[in-house]
Amino acid sequence: MSGCPDPRVPGGPLADRWRRHREAMPLISPQRKAQLRLLVVGTGLAGASAAATLAEQGYRVRVLCFHDSPRRAHSVAAQGGINAARPGAIDGDSVSRLFADTLRGGDFRAREAGCHRLAEISSGIIDQCVAQGVPFAREYGGTLATRSFGGTLVSRTFYARGQTGQQLLYGAYQALMRQVEAGRVELLSRRDVLEIITVDGVARGVVCRDLLSGALEVHTAQAVLLATGGYSNVYFLSTNALKSNASAIWRAHLQGALFANPCFTQIHPTCIPSGDAYQSKLTLMSESLRNDGRVWLPLRPGDDRDPARIPEQERDYFLERLYPSYGNMVPRDLASRRARELCEAGHGVGPGGRSVYLDLRDAIASAGRDVIEARYGNLLEMYERISGADPYTTPLRIYPAPHYTMGGLWVDYQLMSSIPGLFVLGEANFSEHGANRLGASALMQGLADGYFIAPLTVTAWLAGHGTPSVDEAHPACREALSRTAARIDALLQRPGPRPVDAFHRELGAVMIRHCGISRDAKGLRSGLGEVEQLEQRFLTEVRVPGHSEGPNPELEKALRLSDFFGLARLMLRDALVREESCGAHFREEHQTPEGEALRDDANFAHIAAWEHRPGAEPLRHAEPLAFTLLQPSTRNYR
Amino acid sequence: MSSRTLSLKLRIWRQDGPGQPGDFREYQLEAVSADLSLLEALDQLNERLIEAGERPVNFEHDCREGICGSCGFLVNGQAHGPRQATSVCQLYLRQFQSGATLTLEPWRASAFPPVQDLVVDRSALDRLIAAGGYCSVNTGQAVDGNAMLVGAEQARSAFDTATCIGCGACVASCRNASASLFVAAKLAHLGQLPQGQPERARRARALQQRMEEEGFGSCSSNLECEAVCPKQISADWISWMYREGRRTAG
Repeated sequence: MSGCPDPRVPGGPLADRWRRHREAMPLISPQRKAQLRLLVVGTGLAGASAAATLAEQGYRVRVLCFHDSPRRAHSVAAQGGINAARPGAIDGDSVSRLFADTLRGGDFRAREAGCHRLAEISSGIIDQCVAQGVPFAREYGGTLATRSFGGTLVSRTFYARGQTGQQLLYGAYQALMRQVEAGRVELLSRRDVLEIITVDGVARGVVCRDLLSGALEVHTAQAVLLATGGYSNVYFLSTNALKSNASAIWRAHLQGALFANPCFTQIHPTCIPSGDAYQSKLTLMSESLRNDGRVWLPLRPGDDRDPARIPEQERDYFLERLYPSYGNMVPRDLASRRARELCEAGHGVGPGGRSVYLDLRDAIASAGRDVIEARYGNLLEMYERISGADPYTTPLRIYPAPHYTMGGLWVDYQLMSSIPGLFVLGEANFSEHGANRLGASALMQGLADGYFIAPLTVTAWLAGHGTPSVDEAHPACREALSRTAARIDALLQRPGPRPVDAFHRELGAVMIRHCGISRDAKGLRSGLGEVEQLEQRFLTEVRVPGHSEGPNPELEKALRLSDFFGLARLMLRDALVREESCGAHFREEHQTPEGEALRDDANFAHIAAWEHRPGAEPLRHAEPLAFTLLQPSTRNYR
Repeated sequence: MSSRTLSLKLRIWRQDGPGQPGDFREYQLEAVSADLSLLEALDQLNERLIEAGERPVNFEHDCREGICGSCGFLVNGQAHGPRQATSVCQLYLRQFQSGATLTLEPWRASAFPPVQDLVVDRSALDRLIAAGGYCSVNTGQAVDGNAMLVGAEQARSAFDTATCIGCGACVASCRNASASLFVAAKLAHLGQLPQGQPERARRARALQQRMEEEGFGSCSSNLECEAVCPKQISADWISWMYREGRRTAG
């Protein structure tokens, strides 16, 4: 295991571990809770739900939120749905099937105990959200409706039209605002966390910048919870909201927190393709569209006819052809790879041949336009706005895009990072999704962490640890503050002529080229050199206008990008060392004759956990993965 | 997607900060792609301003998919611009003729103090939700979600009002800067569901009272809020809210 901390996974029969562990956890009296202060960074599904629940328990919670309002966290944009294994499902679904799909979907690169716990908790999440007033879709008889999603053969995805993330987030946000009104949560919005404060190796606070005044602030607490989301904006063009960043988790990494599986980035197959050089982001079309949409390309390379004029026998429904069992519902990594290969072979459509068709024609013909509109109306409207084309009469053009990052800060079974007292929730941690996130499981994990896991494990840790009070005058706080101020000053003094975005676009191009849908050793080595050179150029050529006082969005971008450079290098390095193909990580050198991913369980059935070493190469630790209930098997969706 | 380009004149409200004087300044964009969104055109303008050593234009944005509610300003006097049911991040330049002048200015309402340029402070909307825009349920106490049957139509109607993104366009378009549509949407969302019933009366009272305290005006009945709402929330819910208030009083 070489230096990887103990993941603290409980022993015993898998199906019973969480229950027994939960019941054995120490508790804290309500009086003592009222004296303990907690910091929660981020107000997405994980952060808002954790903050609300911890405040309900009686802790004094301070919440730092990047946006002007907690309701704007990027969880709001999740579209398709949330998985849950509900008792009584007639299609044979069960906790063990959801567990199996999660572990298999992640290509056996996740901890089985975590996956099982997630499946166990899933049903309670739905009940909790219903009680909060989340308007899930219902059957005419009044019961909760479900639909199926990529990578599964059962119907277990609960949804609120195509805006499930929005509705779940509003549920958590409203629970949070209830605690704000009750005085149990202090909400500080427009704060960018730029440094983690550790005292004697324990997390005790953060340094953040007030985005309105520009003032640097120190906030201390007995424990810190990071729920700051994912980092696929390292690719510049991704499905993430533009302000999604890695700053808090990256600074924690530099302070000693291990970073796990950084190279595992999910490339989502159904996004609106890129066009103009100034395009700022890629927009996701929920993969639920693949329930009714058929993916195809012209059989003849370079066929640029209007799709309506391409006869049936000249169309290649390639997912249905290659994967007869799952068809258009294959997991995201497979759908993405097959699309890219065919586009590179010249079959692609649209500008530069970088798109495939997602065709609703047959579904509209059989179910009627009204039904399709009711199911996906808002998604199709969004597509029409962005592309200018009518998806009801012309097939949508889609292409894979960086989406969800499975990597993140390493956490143990208690969701605690390798820095004691620093807990990491939701997409910001690496847990449960393995090498490829199953569709509709991100919302489930964020809410499981926030509502049901962290409130117990944070309590258990606080119960067993001394809680010395640290104030702003502590040398560790002063040192973190001056380190942050020096970083900001250095960025503002750069003499160069070029805006931050110009460098970010370049970084994104390097990363998508060398660490995107597929990777090889040569490209990854080249990428490492290119990122290093680009960072050097950034340091001498960037221009960050304005001052540290007052609002300065360019300074925010510059701080964000300076963290992305280090992270990009770690992603490339991680991808280079992992000499296998698994899930979203496809190394060209490791594939079957049919072009499928070739996993190497003998050498890589582990979590890679990277340790930052100042002035030296990062050190890779490996946490071995053991499987008891389900043995690693080759994923087969054919 | 097309290869059409256009030239645009942007007339933008510039204001360094609260209490500082502001004015309109004009910027010319040439040969800009019609496939860009208006915010992407502003990105392009900002890169030019940075290179020229000027302070870039500050505007709120994040998801650029019309769902986070961050963006929002007036385009030629209309909140989120001329296209119905569209937030400004989803407003594409193909909507405009080459040579057009676009006047961009921030939401103007006393409950939304200015921050800088096109950015205002909308935290009053959060304080409205804090006043009671929730179901008071603690984590871990929920019963089976199927134990409360909710008809498909009822769920759909609740959903239609729950889609409000809190952008503030309704406030900015009301001549009284009223938050009635925002409040009505939340009351209707929770008030149409069985789980929202226990505190329905208290919620209606608390939100309407907080709306006044925050400095929002009363409903002006001119329906501009409905016309500009990017989520097409019906102003009928405002009448519903008033009935709700009477029911409560009774």
